[in-house]
Amino acid sequence: MTAAVQVRGLVRRYGPLTAVDGLDLTVEAGTVLALLGPNGAGKTTTVEICEGFARPDAGTVRVLGLDPWSDAATLRPRIGVMLQTAGAHLSARTGEMLRLVAACAADPHDPDWLLDVLGLTSVARTPVRRLSGGQAQRLNLAMALVGRPELLFLDEPTAGLDPQARHLVWNLLRTARADGVSVLLTTHLLDEAEMLADQVVIVDAGAVVAQGTVADLVAGDEHLTFAATGGLDLTRLGDALPDGYLLGEPRPGRYRIDGPITPAMMATVTAWCAQSGILATDLAIGRRGLEDVYLAATGRQVRS
Amino acid sequence: MTDLRPGTFTPRPGPAPVGRMLRAQTSFELRLLIRNGEQLLLALVIPIAALIGLSIITLIALPEPRVATVFAGVVVLAVLSTGFTSLAISTAFDRRYAVTKRLIGAGVPRRALLAGKSAAVGCVVAGQVVVLGVIAVLLGWRPTGVTLLALPIIGLGAAVFTGLGLLLGGLLKAELVLALANLLWIVQIALGGVVAPLTSAPGWLATLGAATPAGALSSALHAVLTAGTAPSAASLLVLLAWGVAGWAATLQWFKWQ
Repeated sequence: MTAAVQVRGLVRRYGPLTAVDGLDLTVEAGTVLALLGPNGAGKTTTVEICEGFARPDAGTVRVLGLDPWSDAATLRPRIGVMLQTAGAHLSARTGEMLRLVAACAADPHDPDWLLDVLGLTSVARTPVRRLSGGQAQRLNLAMALVGRPELLFLDEPTAGLDPQARHLVWNLLRTARADGVSVLLTTHLLDEAEMLADQVVIVDAGAVVAQGTVADLVAGDEHLTFAATGGLDLTRLGDALPDGYLLGEPRPGRYRIDGPITPAMMATVTAWCAQSGILATDLAIGRRGLEDVYLAATGRQVRS
Repeated sequence: MTDLRPGTFTPRPGPAPVGRMLRAQTSFELRLLIRNGEQLLLALVIPIAALIGLSIITLIALPEPRVATVFAGVVVLAVLSTGFTSLAISTAFDRRYAVTKRLIGAGVPRRALLAGKSAAVGCVVAGQVVVLGVIAVLLGWRPTGVTLLALPIIGLGAAVFTGLGLLLGGLLKAELVLALANLLWIVQIALGGVVAPLTSAPGWLATLGAATPAGALSSALHAVLTAGTAPSAASLLVLLAWGVAGWAATLQWFKWQ
């Protein structure tokens, strides 16, 4: 099956600035890919190139097997686009705006139904300029969904949404994914990526710095910690565990075992405690979260 | 919450027939215009006020019957306002707020986008001509057989101004378009013989004015509506030249963002 989106060696420059610098990514059909990265990392540029709004300076981009720049006319009716700026006419009413976009599709969803799903029925006759940020953002998503697209490009779909609306959008996107829609979304919310994405791609300075499933990315760096009396001899525990575990007492009375956390390993540790008459308190399994991976990959410096 | 059963979002994409997109876009633009006081003022209130005021108040000397002279100029004013100034400004702000990008992203072909805007202008101009015509008749203007010639000339004029309005609105930043579109509106009214026919101006000014799109349209319409004669070939050629140049440039350079 053709990938929904395939980007290879993508480069895009704006004057002296290289916004995207040799980026690769693949959205397999029917999956969700989350593009993460600091502000200015090249996420929006990448998405806009995939939508055919900008031309790559180098590299190849195939969206649904098409070149988004030269085949834009064929591609656009098949995709749903959520721009970072809503793109709704400020004087238009919410329902009116959605109906206009619906009229561009062969077999659109019923705009009134979609307004209802997104909780916008009460503002259907409200001019766009008077919508709250969250309402405008939901209208924006509705405009992306209304044409029954097979591929969605969502640039920060839940930016400015309250937690209820965010869960609603997540639920909606999970349904869409289950129905076979492919999704490429950008986000700053790591929990959003964890909840939705089959694949996570972290970009910085226009290039990929980490990618994989969330499980892949957070794998490794597992550890078990516990508290007990200080200065215990860990030699026997080390011998009892398979090779590859690292044991230590980083602070007096605080112990840490780095390595794969398995049921057998847990049994070994607790058996050692029982044999040695040690009461281990604060026993906890730690693993890094996506946020740790993200910060490790992109650094801690705040971007302009 | 509304249930989201499996299959709700099963893809069934495809473009609507271009005709449906055009109808939707044209009616959308018309509804917005009717709700926009500023545009309505430019499109109807100012031309109607000018028609009534200049016909009744005799401060400026004009060939008699005054209403026939004024009517031709006021139609130019109306077409210039709708096709050029209003369209340029609204197009520029559509680009600023990514409305054009939104529609292009929804699969509207670029040319359909331009056609939708042009069709909306056509509808408004038709409405303006009817309203102004009825008022002119009430003020004592009497159409003749030659008057019918005015319709294709107005159509040509609307097409010319639409091409130029889309060019201006599709090229520059919104603030700049706002300033320029209004400036060019005043300059063309002053130079183009919109109020008083160009024949009453000094030679060099008349020549310059006749070369502007508003001046050419004004000269052609004054011939037909005021004098009851055929328009001069020169005025039609000037209009055609502006039209071809404006539309060629628009199709080439119109930017949707």
